[in-house]
Formats: sequence, C-alpha cells, structure tokens
Amino acid sequence: MMASSYNAKDEDGHHPGSVGSGGPGAVKSKKPDNTAFKQQRLPAWQPILTAGTVLPAFFMIGLIFIPIGIGLLVTSNNIKEFEVRAVAIATSYCVIRALCSYTAPRTKDFSNVFMYYGLSNFYQNHRRYVKSRDDSQLNGDKSSLLNPSKECEPYRTSDKKSIAPCGAIANSLFNDTLELFYIHPNGSRIAIHLVKTGIAWWTDKHVKFRNPGENNNNLSIVFQDTSKPVNWRKPVYELDPSDPDNNGFINEDFIVWMRTAALPTFRKLYRIIQKKKDNMTPTLPPGNYSLEVIYNYPVRSFDGRKRMILSTISWMGGKNPFLGIAYITVGSVCFFLGVVLLIIHHKYGNRNNNADIPN
Amino acid sequence: MLRRRLNRLCGGDEERVDSRTIYVGHRPCPDTEAFIPSKFCDNRIVSSKYTVWNFLPKNLFEQFRRIANFYFLIIFLVQVIVDTPTSPVTSGLPLFFVITVTAIKQGYEDWLRHKADKEVNKYPVTVLEDGRSVKKESEKIKVGDVVEVVEDETFPCDLILLQSSREDGTCFVTTASLDGESNHKTHYTVPDIEKDLQTLTSAIECEQPQPDLYKFVGRMHIYKLEQEPVVRSLGPENLLLKGATLKNTKKIYGVSVYTGMETKMALNYQGKSQKRSAVEKSINAFLLVYLSILISKAVVCTTLKYVWQSKEGQDEPWYNQKTQKEKDTNMYLKMFTDFLSFMVLFNFIIPVSMYVTVEMQKFLGSFFITWDKDFFDPEIQEGALVNTSDLNEELGQVEYVFTDKTGTLTQNNMEFIECCIDGFQYRYRDTQSEVDGFTVTDGPVNKLQQKAGWEKEELFLRALCLCHTVQVKEAGSEVLVDQVDGIDGLLSQPEEERGFIASSPDEIALVKGAMKYGFTFLGLESKSMKIKNRQNDIEEYKLLHVLNFDPVRRRMSVIVQTKSGETLLFCKGADSSIFPRVRPEEVDRIRMHVERNATEGYRTLCVAYKQLSAEEYAMADTGLREARLALQDREEKLMAMYNQVEMGMSLIGATAVEDRLQEEAAETMEALQGAGMKVWVLTGDKMETAKSTCYACRLFQRGTELLELTVRTLEDEKLNSDQKLHELLQEYHNKAVKDAPPVKAGVTRSWSTANQDYGFIIDGATLSLLMNPPHDADASQYKSLFLQICQNCTAVLCCRMAPLQKAQIVKMVKNSQGSPITLSIGDGANDVSMILEAHVGIGIKGKEGRQAVRNSDYAIPKLKHLKKLLLAHGHLYYVRIAHLVQYFFYKNLCFILPQFLYQFFCGYSQQPLYDAAYLTMYNICFTSMPILAYSLLEQHISIEILLHNAALYREIANNAMLRWRPFLYWTVLGIFQGLMFFFGVRFLFSNPALQDNGQVFGNWSYGTIVFTVLVFTVTLKLALDTRHWTWINHFVIWGSLAFYVFFSFFWGGIIWPFLKQQRLYFVFANVLSSVSAWLVIIILILLSLLPEILLVVLRKPRGHHSQQKKQSQSNVGGNQSSQSSARPLLMRTFSDESNSVM
Repeated sequence: MMASSYNAKDEDGHHPGSVGSGGPGAVKSKKPDNTAFKQQRLPAWQPILTAGTVLPAFFMIGLIFIPIGIGLLVTSNNIKEFEVRAVAIATSYCVIRALCSYTAPRTKDFSNVFMYYGLSNFYQNHRRYVKSRDDSQLNGDKSSLLNPSKECEPYRTSDKKSIAPCGAIANSLFNDTLELFYIHPNGSRIAIHLVKTGIAWWTDKHVKFRNPGENNNNLSIVFQDTSKPVNWRKPVYELDPSDPDNNGFINEDFIVWMRTAALPTFRKLYRIIQKKKDNMTPTLPPGNYSLEVIYNYPVRSFDGRKRMILSTISWMGGKNPFLGIAYITVGSVCFFLGVVLLIIHHKYGNRNNNADIPN
Repeated sequence: MLRRRLNRLCGGDEERVDSRTIYVGHRPCPDTEAFIPSKFCDNRIVSSKYTVWNFLPKNLFEQFRRIANFYFLIIFLVQVIVDTPTSPVTSGLPLFFVITVTAIKQGYEDWLRHKADKEVNKYPVTVLEDGRSVKKESEKIKVGDVVEVVEDETFPCDLILLQSSREDGTCFVTTASLDGESNHKTHYTVPDIEKDLQTLTSAIECEQPQPDLYKFVGRMHIYKLEQEPVVRSLGPENLLLKGATLKNTKKIYGVSVYTGMETKMALNYQGKSQKRSAVEKSINAFLLVYLSILISKAVVCTTLKYVWQSKEGQDEPWYNQKTQKEKDTNMYLKMFTDFLSFMVLFNFIIPVSMYVTVEMQKFLGSFFITWDKDFFDPEIQEGALVNTSDLNEELGQVEYVFTDKTGTLTQNNMEFIECCIDGFQYRYRDTQSEVDGFTVTDGPVNKLQQKAGWEKEELFLRALCLCHTVQVKEAGSEVLVDQVDGIDGLLSQPEEERGFIASSPDEIALVKGAMKYGFTFLGLESKSMKIKNRQNDIEEYKLLHVLNFDPVRRRMSVIVQTKSGETLLFCKGADSSIFPRVRPEEVDRIRMHVERNATEGYRTLCVAYKQLSAEEYAMADTGLREARLALQDREEKLMAMYNQVEMGMSLIGATAVEDRLQEEAAETMEALQGAGMKVWVLTGDKMETAKSTCYACRLFQRGTELLELTVRTLEDEKLNSDQKLHELLQEYHNKAVKDAPPVKAGVTRSWSTANQDYGFIIDGATLSLLMNPPHDADASQYKSLFLQICQNCTAVLCCRMAPLQKAQIVKMVKNSQGSPITLSIGDGANDVSMILEAHVGIGIKGKEGRQAVRNSDYAIPKLKHLKKLLLAHGHLYYVRIAHLVQYFFYKNLCFILPQFLYQFFCGYSQQPLYDAAYLTMYNICFTSMPILAYSLLEQHISIEILLHNAALYREIANNAMLRWRPFLYWTVLGIFQGLMFFFGVRFLFSNPALQDNGQVFGNWSYGTIVFTVLVFTVTLKLALDTRHWTWINHFVIWGSLAFYVFFSFFWGGIIWPFLKQQRLYFVFANVLSSVSAWLVIIILILLSLLPEILLVVLRKPRGHHSQQKKQSQSNVGGNQSSQSSARPLLMRTFSDESNSVM
C-alpha cells in the first residue's frame, strides 16, 4: 500500500582494533564503536505517503466501509424498538398500581425481547453520586459492612447503624415495578413472563458483588446490624426473597443500577422476555399489551422523565443508526476523495511518479 | 568554610586590603613590628553542594525553583487539600518520580564530588615544620607552610616555588587538569633564596586571590642576617597552581600562598552560565498558551456549573444529597475550590512527563554526537565532545557563524616556507638538502651569494634560534642531539615533532626553519641557550631577559649575552609593530617581501636586532627589574619599559610561515553559506592574511565587492577619522542596503548571481571607534548602520580583533533585531570569550591548548566536522525535538478535551472521564515511549541527503517548526480529534445497550472506549509522522499499543485490594466483547487520522518538486566546488576567473 524502500545501509567492516580489544585490560580506544545504532544507520523502512499509494487505500476503505455501514444500518433498522414514554403523560394518574395500557408492537421476532427502563435528566454520572459507594462493602467485606467508606456520606449511617448498601447510588435504586400483559383478543390479560436474571454483567454478579457471610443463607442475620438505605421500602435482603441467588447485594436489578450510566439520559436493562422454545411463535405475538407500572420513583422534582423500552437486540446491540450512518458517510467520503485524488494523480501523475523515488 | 564566612561577616575590612602578607614557615620577619598571624581559609576544597543534613531541604528547594516542578507541586497540594475529582496519587506519583530521579542523580553526583573532595583533602602531603618533614593531610595545610612535592604529584595548594631539585632552579609542570594544555611549562624559583629553607626568613606580599590562571603579582622580601633585605618580584612563573602536576623534577619545596577555596583552581571552578535554547523559549510560550487554555476551561466550567445549579432541583436532587460539610461551606469558598478542582481535573494538559521526556531526549540524543565516527579524528585519537546537551537543537537553528581564523579555518600547523634576509628571498627545498640547505628560488639567485652576506645570514639564523620561548623536551632531547648531524634524517623523523614544546606553533616552525638551514637549538639550561651552528660547533648564549609576547605589542624579544660578552637584543614580531622601531631605510627592502607573502596567505614575522652597550643594558636591566617588582600597575610599567628597550633596532629579515587551510575548509564554508548561514571571520591576524584566507575559503569570491572599513580607509586628509567613518558607513549603507533589491532577512544569498555580493571588512581599531565614537549620540546610529550593512553582506571579516572585541561583536549580533541564533567556533584561549557569548559555542580540539574546548558547548576535532554537526545532527535534533514538543502538547490536548466536554454532560461535577490509572499512565507508559524513540531515531531526510543538500537547512530556519502557525495546526488537530473522540462515543452511547446480550455500558465503559481510541489514534498519528522505521520504532510503537491492551486487561482483571472503588473491573473486556465498540473504535481512529493523511498526500507533490529542484541546483554547485578544490588552495582564489563567471 505504501511506496517503501528498505534502506539498509551496509556497515563498514568492523575495525579489529576497536572491537577486538574488548578485554578489560586493553587500552580503550576512544574511537566510537562502528555499530549501526550508534552511527544512526539502523536499517530502516521509509514509507512515503503519496497520492499514488494512498489512493488504493481510500478506495479500499470506501469499498469496505460502505457495505459495513449498510449492513449496520439494515441491522439497526431491523431491530424492533418500542418505547413508552410512560410516565411523561401519566404522572398524575399512574400513582400507585397505575394501569396504563398501550397498543403493543407487532413484532414477529423470534428472538429475545429486552425490556429497559429509561430515565432522563438523571445525573447518575455526577461526581458526588458516582463516588458515593463502597465497593468493598458490596464485595462482601465484613468490616466495610459495619463501617462503610466515608465516600458514602451522607448515606453512610442512619439511626447510628451503618447503611447497607451505603451511598447515594444504592439509596436511589430504581424501584418501580413494571409488568407487561398481553391482552388477548378475547379480552383476557395474560401476564408475560419477565426474566429477572442475566441482565447484569456476569463478572459483576459473580465476582464484584458478593453477599457478606458467603455461606450464610440467612441474609437477615448477616445484615442485622445494618440499616436499610433511607429511601428504600425494604432492606437489602428482601430485594428478591424468592431467589437466594438474586438477593442481597447480588440482586441483579441492584447490580445494574450500581453500574452508573454515562450520560444523564440513559436506559438500563430491566427484564428479558425469553423467546419461545419452539422458535415458531414470535416472542411477543402481535396484539395489544398493557403495561402496569407500580409507580414509586419520583422524577418530577428534578424535571426527569421515565420510559419503558421494549427492544430486540442484534449482534451490534440495541437499535442505533449512528454507526451505520457513520460508516456509510466515511466510506463515501473516502471513495469520493479517492476519485478526487485519482483525478489529481492523473493530471500531475508523471511528476509524482518521479518524486516517489527520493533517493 | 565556616571561618571564611565568619571572616566575611566580622572582618569585612580585611577583604578590602588588596594584598596579603605571608610569612614563610610562619617565622616573623624582623621588619614587622607585630606579627599578627592573619587568618586565611584552610586548605579544604569543597566542591560539593550538599551535606547529609541539608541535602533534602536544599535539593527540594532547588528543584521546586523550576517553574514546572513548582506548578505540579501546587497541583498536588491542591489535590491533597481540596476535595478533587482525582486522587493526589495521579499527579503526586509522577511528580514524586521526577523529583526522586533528579534527586538521586544530583545526590549521586554530589556524592562523587564529596568523594573527590575527600580524596583531595585527605591526600597525604609533606610539610616542613621546624626542620622536620611532617606528613599531614592536605586539608591541614595553612598559608605560609612550606610544602614538599615530589615528581608526578599534584600541588596541594597554590605555591611559590622556593627550591627545586634541578640545578637551574626550574621545575616543569603540566597544567593538563587546569586548562588541558599537556605541554610542560617551566617555572622558576625565586632567586637569592638560601639553600637551607629552615633559616629562610622572608615575607611574601601578594595580591588577594583572583581567578585568572595566568596572572599573579607578588613581591618577596628576603631577610638575610646582617644584610639589607632583598626584594624579589614574583610573577606567574613562580607560582605553582593547585591541580597542576610536577614533571621532570624530582622534588620541589614551595610556600603556600593560597589555600583551599582561595586557590586559583577553586576560584575557577564555577559553573558556566546556563544557556537556554530557543526551543525552550518556545516551550515556555506554548506552556503559557496551554495554561491559559487550562484556566479558561476551569473558569468556563465553574461559571456554567453555578449557572446550571441555579436551576431548581439541579444542584441537589433527592437522589444525590450533599453532605453536611458541603452544605455548610461558604458559597464563594466553594466556587473557589470548584475552580481548583477543575484545574486539577484538566491539569494533565500540561504533563510532568514532557519535561522528563525532553530532558531524556536531550541527554540521550547527545550521545549520537559523541558516537559519530565521522567526528573521529585519527590524528588526535578523539571524537566529538558534548559538554552540554541542552543545546542540541540549537545546532539546527544557527544563523550566524563566527569563526576564528588561526587553528579553525587554518590548521595552525605551521610550516616554514621562506625567509627574506636583507631583502633577499630564501626558499627551502627538500630536494637539495645538502651542505647548508640553502637554495634560492626564482628571483635574485646570484645576488644572494653576493649581497646577503654570510654574516647577515648567520645573524638572522641565530636570531631565529634564540628569540623564542621554545623548550626542548627532555626525554626526546638526546635522540634529537644524535640526529642533528643528519639534517635529512631529522626532517623525516617523527621524534622531531615531539622535540619542541612551545606555546605557539609559529615559534616551533621558526626554530625548525632555522634547523633546516643548519642552526639547531639544543636547549635552555640554567639560563644559557645552546645552539649548534652550521659548523657543528656549539655556541652558548646567556639568556638575560625575555620580553614576553603579548597580543597588544605583537612582538617578543630576548636579550642574550654572547660568549664574547656582547649583549644582543633580538626581536621578532608583526611587521606593523617592528617597522616603526627600525631604521626606515631598511624597511623598504623587506616590506615588499612581507606584503607579497601576506597576500599569499602566509603569516609573516619580521626579525630585528640591536646591540646593547653595557650602559644601555644596565639601564634596561634595572628598568625591567624594577618594573617586574612593582606591585601596582606592573603591566603598564613593564609595557613602557619594553617599548623603551625595543627601540632603534635594525631589521635583518622576515619570515613567512604557511598556515595551511583546514581540510575541506572551503567546502564547509560553502555548505554553511548554502544553508543560509552568514559566516563572519573574527581574527586577530592582519587584514591581508585574513583576506587571503577568506578568498581561499571561498567566503569571498571573485565577484564579491569588498567594503572596507579599516584604519587605512579612514585615513583622509580633510576629515578626521570620525567624520570619515560616518561618511563611509553612509556610503556602504547606501550601497549594500538601499540599492540592494529587497530580500528577506532569512534568505540572503540566492542561487542566482544577479545580485551583487558584498563582503565587509573591518578591523579592531575601527570597530572600537564605531562602538565608542567621540559623540555618544552616534553610537546607536553607527551600530545600526553597521549591523544593517553586515546583514546584507555574504561574509564579514573582522581582523585585528582582541578577544573581548570578538565577544562584543557576537553580543551585538545576538542582541540585534530578531535575535538571531549565533554560533562561535574557535580553538584558542582568545576565542573563549566569544564561545561563551554565542548561543552555541564550539571548540576545536586544536593545538592551542584545551581552553576553548573546556568552555565550549560542543567540541569537534576539525572544522570540517562542523558541516555534519550543523547540517545533519543539528537539523535532525531540531526536527526531532520540535516534533516532540508539538506532539506532546497535541496529545495532551486531545487527551483532556473529552474530559472537558464530559463536564457538560455530568452537571459540571468534575467527574473524570477516565479512570485514575489511565490518567496517570497515559503520559508515563502508554504514549511516552514511541515519541521518545521517534525523537531519538527519526531521520525524516536521510543524513546523506542533508549533507549533500545544504539548502534543506533553510527549511527549518527561524524556528520554523515551533512557530505559531505549526503550533496552531497541531492545536487544531488536537481539538478536532478530541471532539471526534468524545462525540463519536457520545452518539454511540445514545443507546448504551451495546452488547449482544442486551446489557448496558456505564460511564467507565464510555471513558475506556474514548481512551482506547485516544491511545491508538495518538500513537498511530506518530506512526504516520515517522519517516524512518527502525526495529526500535516498530518495537516501541506496537509494543506500547500491546502494552496498553495488556495493561487494561490486567487492570480490569483483578479486584484490587488497595483500591476503594473497582471502577474498571472487567470493563475493558466487556468493551471488547461488543462489536459496536470495535466498530466505533475503528471508525473514530480512521476519521481522526483522515485529515492528516489527506494533508500529507496533498502537500507531497509540491514539497517533492521543490526539493528536487534544489537538489539539482546544489549538484551544480557541488560539482563546481569539487572541481575547483582539486587545485592548489591558494592558486585558485586568484585565478578562478574562468570558473566563477556563471
């Protein structure tokens, strides 16, 4: 791809005097060693970027990127995403066990459908917020459990008991409950089975987050000297009483929440709707659905918004046309530049060819 | 030390006394009423800077005096005190590393100094005390002690030589460790000293310590029983300096006069003033820009933070309460700490590591000069020497070259060419070395035998044999005597080379010249000079006085007494100083020869003699002795006395000595001029000789119109010299400046010969008139006129310069408009002042001792090496360091910009985008090695082409790569890439579900992706810039990328027990498991580099084209020079007409 010349300058023959007399007793000649390195004559590859060499590269990039971009865009467009700005309009009446129903997506996808909740104008990346956690407490460290890090202030202790899990992040755990019902054409509501696990990173769930007292199944005893975070309704060991592998610090909703979002508008994975076993019926058959939200989480005070998103996932993740557009754009720009350069190259080609060989 | 300080504090009046009195052996003298043992410092040498106790505070203080270190210390302290986003470790660790490494280095150096001091201070010496020899440690020597020194020992302090084991009361000394001159110097005992030092009662009065190695004024009162006290003068020839070594003498006794820190060696031990390079100034300027960027970023963020917070519910939403302490803090104090926090967050924009890298680049880079075998000179078995590594890049920026003539442009390898006795020319030829060795060339063959009689010839040759200060080297002297019989044998023997030792090569050439004609100087023993004449008889002359040579008088004389009792004075010197002192009628016959010889580029000396009658001698003798004894104004008195003695002589002849041009002198000068440098020759030599050398070096060419401003052109009947000077200056100014077509200052000498070339000649006397005109008001006007003329001349020749004037000129040019970079090159002690004055001082390891080398920044064996030093090394170093500096600023700009932009998305909360480890390691590990390797190895143009094509040097002239334009380019590039990184990932994160299992990424993943793109882009950008890929570059570039990946896995792979937060746990691995992340990393890297690639490609054809053209042009020039240089050097300067018409 590049015009290159291997410029191995041959070294002069070593002088026997300077090299041979390496012994400690020998009179050290001040003559500098004649090595390629010291004489700055290391063999070197000297690539030269010229229109002639970059031209094919541009075409190549164009030819590779445009298909990738198209592929990405198609993939992204194939991802079915259904967004409910649920609470935006329904703040007043979706109060408790509010029932909001919507016409659901008509997906024919046979893959898993992922259910996200989204918040906007929620600064999970605020510094005071980000650092307000104690990872060693979350890792099951006994001493940190009873004496959490200073960083957790002002969510460190309550009622003279240490808070577990301490800190602002844990304290503000998203605690709305979302449920999805399929409204059968005959009028009956069928609850869709939402899987709670597999939503957090495997390493987080299995290494980074550990319940204290590893083998003690009775979490209430382990956490007995601690107090629940002030905003929580129930203590940490009751996050999911039904499944001991999803309770306490290793509760996946909790772990997902603890991974602070990068931007103030974010979505977090809430549940997974498993695809049907037979691969014949779509995961969510077309029809009407009703979303039931148990509304606990206040967002009005900071001018926030809540969303619920149902989305399928491709190999590139969720729906995001940005990458596809970017690849197509860059590919076309490269191709265009290639054409321009080709014209330049042809016009002034002769001279450039001469210049390609500098030595 | 302490005592000395006390002295300084309490006895301030003692310092004011301008002489000190020393009692030899501490014995009080009869004359003095009260014997007050005055306090002098002891003989301890303290060259170390620190002690164990004060090392830490003093070293830290010195280090933090550097503005950069201080800045980082402040940042660190802010991080410790204020609640800041990054832990103090991130900036404390690098700072600690830098400080520790520097402290260790300085501590080690100081330890070495301590060791050396101890070695010197504890060295056992023998002191005579009450008749016994007592062994003592060197540091215990007091002023007034009589010290014994044996052969090959160094003197423990400055001693007055009292007694020598040699019969003639002399001793030989080498001062190699003081000024590097390895020849033996003769020192003399004070006359009239009794043999038994025990009974010697005397007092020495001498001046207070002063650093000049070659000056000493003192007087010794010797008291003898029942006799009038004798007073003897003491001069430098009686003083043995600490640090010098005794040679060829078994044992001497001396009384110490200066001890410890007051010895001349210690007084000379002062660090040279630090020279700063232009690059460093640029760095500081850029630093200010970045500092203001940093501050404005912090101000913007702080302001926006408070604007944003003023909105309801933003400052303290329910989910993110403040702590009680934060709530209590005063609002303004909070604003201030917020500002500081932002400063800390963005402080990485000015990295500590840049200073480390720059230092390392300079230090390591300078080895390439020492290693270069092209600089190795087989004759002296030495290569180049680098005394400072701070100025490497300055070698690529030189605009003015000031060169000495003798020993620099010329070889200082004197060869006796011919002589002229009584107006007849004698030229020696090897082929006819028979009988008397006389042959006569062309001219007056027959006249010789008739007219320049035998006697005149012999007188002349005797004069050559006697009038000098040459020594015959002891070891070789026997061999020499053996070989004297066969003249031809002598000429070819290398022993002959070693036979003579003299301070100036001219003298050796003359002595050797006399030898060719049958008069051999055998040596000086106990004040009697032996010469062997043509009849192989040995003649002896008693040496009565030597009237030393000095550059002001430009002559030297000896007074000798022949066996028959006649007293003769022989004098040799420059024509200008001899002619007025001889009978005018003799002058004309010889002047013709002298002038012809001078125009041929030979160094000419005139020889005169005078017979002194007994009365005359007696008068001269007393006069000289008196003058030598004078404590005050000795120099002036001696000068007056010399002038008085050297009067009314008769001229016997003149000599011509050829000083060959250095190898490739002309080619080197041509290359320098081709590279756009202006060459000024500053010499103490006379105008004609210097002019011919300039022609020979092709500094002046045939077409060059010479503008002369010398004493001769100032002579005018009507006007006095001042008015004439004014007139001439105006005239030349009109000619050279106003009439000349406007050319840019940088590009003076274009390749077309359409423009008239001017050469300017000025001499010392005129220069001093110009610098200090009678009317002060004219001074600045004259100076600016002079400078303007000089700037429009291709070459300037300043002749008859005193050393200080040389420095004056350098200073004047240095401070002129645009402050051009100056370079001085010289080989002798007289060049030291200009070497120190110029931006870059280059010493040539020549024959005039090592002083120039010691004071220089770089030393090279030969002038021809200057070409490679500047055109190849200088050019490369400049490009390397300029790129290094720009790259460093660039990479930190695009490192910190995303972090700044992130503030807009995190509520201006100072949340760092990258993990602390990345913040710390970015500059230390991930991106430092490639640029260091680049800055050591890059050859964007190969050395051969650089050497071949001098014009390439102009492309980097005027700090071209560190001007504001390239800086702006790099800054814009940095900003563009920073924006790319941040917003590219920002758009990707509009949906953070990036994994194929639907899981989402958080803020640390965001930062890691940005950081990965950053590290790769920045490294690949360097890879794009690298024109010269050695295996080291490959290793380091791909290696540090691999290291980054490896480190990221490693850092995220373990729950680190010492970390409070496991922010990056498996973040990198998760990022890499996402296809989208890969795709975004690839496209962002490509997109960031695209403009760069495009620019390179579009710029290339033009650059290549012009390069080619220049190359072909220089080829023409090269051919021409090689053609003409094949001819005899001096011939071609005057008969080059056919060739130089273009």
